[in-house]
Amino acid sequence: MADGATTTLEHAEHGGHHDVTRTRKIAMWVFLGSECLFFGTLISTFLLYRNRTLGGPTAHEIFDIPFTSVSSFILLMSSLTMVLAHHASDRRDWRQARIWLVATALLGMAFLSGQVFEFTEFVHEGLTVTTSPFGSSFYVLTSFHGAHVAVGVMLLLATAFMSFSGKLRTDTANEGMNVELVALYWHFVDIVWIVIFTVVYLLQV
Amino acid sequence: MTAMPMDAPALPAPAHGHRGIWAWITTTDHKKIGILYGVSAMAFFIVGGVEALLIRTQLAVPNGEVLSADAYNQMFTMHATTMVFLVVMPAAAAFTNYFLPILIGARDVAFPRLNALSYWIFFFGGLFLTLSFFLGGGADGGWFGYAPLSTEVPEIVRMDYWALGIQVLGVASIASSVNFITTVFTMRAPGMTLMRMPVFAWMATVVSFLLLFSLPIVAIGLFQVYFDRNLGTLFFDAASGGDPVLWQHLFWLFGHPEVYVLILPAMGIVSEVLPTFSRKPLFGRSFVIFSGIAIGFMGFGVWAHHMFTSGLGPVAEATFALTTMFIAVPTGVKIFNWLGTVWGGSLRLNTAMLFSLGFIAMFTIGGLSGVTHSIVPADSQQHDTYYVVAHFHYVLFGGAIFGLMSGIYYWFPKVTGKLLSESLGKVHFWLTFIGFNLTFAPMHFLGLNGMPRRTYRYPPGLGFEFWNLLATVGSFVIALSVMVLLWNWIRSARHGKEAGPDPWDARTLEWSITSPPPEHNFDEIPVVQAEDDWWHRKYSTDEAGRPVPIVAGASGEDDDHDAGDGEGHEGIHLPSPSYYPALAALGMFVAVMGLVYVPWGLLAVAAGAVITLWGFFGWSLEPLTRESH
Repeated sequence: MADGATTTLEHAEHGGHHDVTRTRKIAMWVFLGSECLFFGTLISTFLLYRNRTLGGPTAHEIFDIPFTSVSSFILLMSSLTMVLAHHASDRRDWRQARIWLVATALLGMAFLSGQVFEFTEFVHEGLTVTTSPFGSSFYVLTSFHGAHVAVGVMLLLATAFMSFSGKLRTDTANEGMNVELVALYWHFVDIVWIVIFTVVYLLQV
Repeated sequence: MTAMPMDAPALPAPAHGHRGIWAWITTTDHKKIGILYGVSAMAFFIVGGVEALLIRTQLAVPNGEVLSADAYNQMFTMHATTMVFLVVMPAAAAFTNYFLPILIGARDVAFPRLNALSYWIFFFGGLFLTLSFFLGGGADGGWFGYAPLSTEVPEIVRMDYWALGIQVLGVASIASSVNFITTVFTMRAPGMTLMRMPVFAWMATVVSFLLLFSLPIVAIGLFQVYFDRNLGTLFFDAASGGDPVLWQHLFWLFGHPEVYVLILPAMGIVSEVLPTFSRKPLFGRSFVIFSGIAIGFMGFGVWAHHMFTSGLGPVAEATFALTTMFIAVPTGVKIFNWLGTVWGGSLRLNTAMLFSLGFIAMFTIGGLSGVTHSIVPADSQQHDTYYVVAHFHYVLFGGAIFGLMSGIYYWFPKVTGKLLSESLGKVHFWLTFIGFNLTFAPMHFLGLNGMPRRTYRYPPGLGFEFWNLLATVGSFVIALSVMVLLWNWIRSARHGKEAGPDPWDARTLEWSITSPPPEHNFDEIPVVQAEDDWWHRKYSTDEAGRPVPIVAGASGEDDDHDAGDGEGHEGIHLPSPSYYPALAALGMFVAVMGLVYVPWGLLAVAAGAVITLWGFFGWSLEPLTRESH
């Protein structure tokens, strides 16, 4: 900790560098700003096509709200474990942090499994990407969200892995990934799901 | 100031002893990355120029025989794609990379390796797009890729190359936008408040925000095109309930902010050049900055004026007609500010200044013809005619390229330490100016006489012959002017006059350091006390407001710092060179190449993903900085 403080001070003195954690946090926020437009466009496409089912399954027929509610709840809970991981890393309690990071990743994976199950069910009921514009836009939207969750799981596991090698501990913040950055990303992906769950699932049935 | 060069001779030692091409591949120095962008942009400028010449040769006489209809489609598509994504954007990125950190008094960008990654993704993206010519033909559905032109015939992979290529270039631009925005918000020198930032730095910031918020929109559109082609989705398939007009919205929601992405850097350059060579501060500086910001916001509210003939309905058309008229206001404000800057100044009409003045004149013509497009009934007549071609070449060539050329003449001495030849420069300017107007002014008449765009032949007897021949002659004059520029580069880099640190008696921080700048830019991070800080360190004003030179060393404040900071250089942290960014970008290239040839290409996708992950993991595990010296 003390080590970290002096390094930051040196950076400030030389003016060329700066508080790296702050810089990275700003960069992450900026990036997430871009992501808002990314998902905004996907959701807009879905809203345009939601009723164009071409005689294939409609949202009302196919969505299983209780099931998706459970998987949404799992994803919401992962934000809680993420907060606990962040909190533990703030206290420099790496054992705790690791546990919560892995717990978050596991919840993320549970959510993804739910999505895979759900997709399989929908395909059996006759909705694929080629069935109708509704099907195309539904699968592309939810798959891109799933891909973001998958990237998040990898980041979480990588962060947990790096905490073993002490990459996170020195807090020069020059090295490795930072629990807080992963947390920002994870919460963002979670919030996007809340929007998707509301707009795509709840409002359509 | 005069004390600074004493350190310079020790510095050029390449990082970690690497020399030659490896030093360029592994570089994380924003200046070298800037040079890489610049050289790549020039190379693609020649590619895009050859495509343009082929188009003009085909159209020189009625029923041209040079190109087939198929080849012509590839040429106009790839000419636009190349010029927009591989010339003007990287040329602006070159200036931004090289000068943004220096202009705000920083030693590098916030994330040097991310910066290298951006360049290499851009490089491979450009390679990918251009390679398509040798792998089944270049893209042929127009740079706007309207469905169904972009989505039909999945067996021919040309539009796959286009959709994926633009996607890759978009990734590069988003990464560098995040980088530049973070740089501007966290790395300004002490005293460099936002409003003291040079106008070019401001415009680069606005551009970054525009890219940040517009690229994800077209990214989704491009994914949808790709999925329509390769997975059988129905996004733009009108027969199955898809909506091709959705693509038009997504594309122009990106495409119109993109127009400002292309022009704002040039506006920034002109806002640096005009004050320097008029020896006056920029007139209404904060107005110029706020107009740039206003353009950035309003740029997201005018996209549908590209779609007036799509049948949007009267309400939408009236709305977008009004917003289009309104966006001319901040642009007009800037024009008057530039005129006010030149007015009453003691002008030096060298090449950089000529290009900037040319910019104002040509851009004004293009801007005025642009306002005519906001009138919906008129636009419906002009739509898809050469009038539109004339308009956007006046803003993008007469605007963006003229501004960038001005930047080349202005900053070449800083980058190379040598002045470009003024006599060759003036030949270059006048050839460009005459050639440009010969080429594009006639297109106004052609368009209003009804000549449609994107048709590879026109019959004789419609009154198109004379203007087309004139335009073709003009295009070859432009080609000649580019050769003069290249000759000037080569000759001046070898035999040019030594520039010295401040050849133009200029105003901003880059001129306070040696030419070329030391690897760490500033021995001592400057403490900024005013707008145009470097000017105010050189000049005070008398009662009449005229500049009076300050005798060197008399002001004391900065020179004392230089002397007193003996051990400071030891602690300058510079980013280490790293090959991981280039490796990660190579992996993406392999993966994207595979995506063209699904399903077998998925093997390449997997291999590329492994390489990219290897790059990222190596990247996050290697140490970041080394000490300079």
